[in-house]
Amino acid sequence: MTSKTVLHAKHLEANAKMVDFHGWEMPINYGSQIEEHNAVRTDAGMFDVSHMTIVDVKGEQAQAFLRKLVANDVAKLTVPGKALYTGMLNEQGGVIDDLIIYFFSETQYRLVVNSATREKDLAHMAKVSADFAVAVTERPEFAMIAVQGPNAKAKTATLLTAEQQAAVAGMKPFFGVQVGDLFIATTGYTGEDGYEIVVPNEQAADLWQQLLDAGVKPAGLGARDTLRLEAGMNLYGLDMDESVSPLAANMAWTIAWEPEDRDFIGRDVLVKQRADKSTDKLVGLVLEEKGVLRSGSKVIVEGGEGVITSGTFSPTLGFSVALARVPRSTGETAQVEMRKKLVNVKVVKPSFVRNGKSVL
Amino acid sequence: MSNIPSELKYASSHEWVRNEGDGTFTVGISEHAQELLGDMVFVELPEVGDEVDAGEDCAVAESVKAASDIYAPIGGEIIAINEDLEDAPETVNNDAYGDGWLFRIKASDESELENLLDAEGYANTIDED
Repeated sequence: MTSKTVLHAKHLEANAKMVDFHGWEMPINYGSQIEEHNAVRTDAGMFDVSHMTIVDVKGEQAQAFLRKLVANDVAKLTVPGKALYTGMLNEQGGVIDDLIIYFFSETQYRLVVNSATREKDLAHMAKVSADFAVAVTERPEFAMIAVQGPNAKAKTATLLTAEQQAAVAGMKPFFGVQVGDLFIATTGYTGEDGYEIVVPNEQAADLWQQLLDAGVKPAGLGARDTLRLEAGMNLYGLDMDESVSPLAANMAWTIAWEPEDRDFIGRDVLVKQRADKSTDKLVGLVLEEKGVLRSGSKVIVEGGEGVITSGTFSPTLGFSVALARVPRSTGETAQVEMRKKLVNVKVVKPSFVRNGKSVL
Repeated sequence: MSNIPSELKYASSHEWVRNEGDGTFTVGISEHAQELLGDMVFVELPEVGDEVDAGEDCAVAESVKAASDIYAPIGGEIIAINEDLEDAPETVNNDAYGDGWLFRIKASDESELENLLDAEGYANTIDED
């Protein structure tokens, strides 16, 4: 039995092709994945991300709990609404999930975690939170719509109240604000400007329709994947999982090493890995000739081999790009095993497109 | 149910074949196949002059989702390829039975046509998928 989001009927109305995505019946595309991708890069598109899990953390020890739970340090958050991206690690330093944490006060935070990892995430949080004076509450009564693209904010503004418009005007990236019934955040998974909007379930279909009427194009999971990959953003389960250190997943920047006495879960292992440089690293690969790099393919580099964790054709660039986990010794070129032959690829930083433009 | 023109022949591997009436046969992939593959990003075609056997993989249709081998439905010589697909692979999605054709074969043995499916037979294989 698959779950459906409250926007399911809206997807069918828009002729979506629905697929089973980790137990959720979700739109993979509404006709053409590439057109949806291009709409987000050049105008405005929207994604139903209601399958993602929203968890509110409240209580006297909310901050202490999160400083234990995740690798980044929520004590860095001092401005209400500010968000933080990080990983929740196991004792072996592997990534249980990646998540965004919104700060409201030292006793109140909102977490958004992946849907595919919902059950283990909630179980892990329940276990860790037992030692803290904190309540961890899932919020299934909310849907979530991501509106992304250079015109996303302007088109969204046409349907916001004056109060909501004032609240989001000039809001910096990676902030969120609750105003009226909507929680509006300047976060996303595309490398474009835009909002992620948390809306009560019963209002979600109306909001979706208003966005449609404002000229925002529905985009499916297919476009979401090519967009996030061009932006060099990790997908949990492909680019990292419980067996992968954040240091091998381009997530070193999401770890707060200071203060040294903050004992977050997985710290001991990471400190050692960092000192002896024992992990692989995540890089970007670029294939400028014909063909598409695919996840799982072997990558041959000087002194060893690695693996493509995510690969796709990049609609914005017109050729294929990939994320790959490779030995630290990897230089500026590599070879990928593709359909029984070896092709040469360039090794770059794991980021390809930002704000509609190539960063290669 | 996707479109399956009755005047064409089909291979169970989703290629269609159109008899041009002069001993040559045009080959493409079915509407159903392009729907399964999704947006096409590259099409690799054989070279004009190549000799192919029936069932031989001789082209590749690569979509955002997957790379898929295309098999020659009948044997013969490749006498034309659709060069427009180089710059516009999406034509295979937009017009699978028309401008999205892949290559044309001069049949070495026209009796091989009898091994192919008619529209109804092909429709039945799709139902079983």
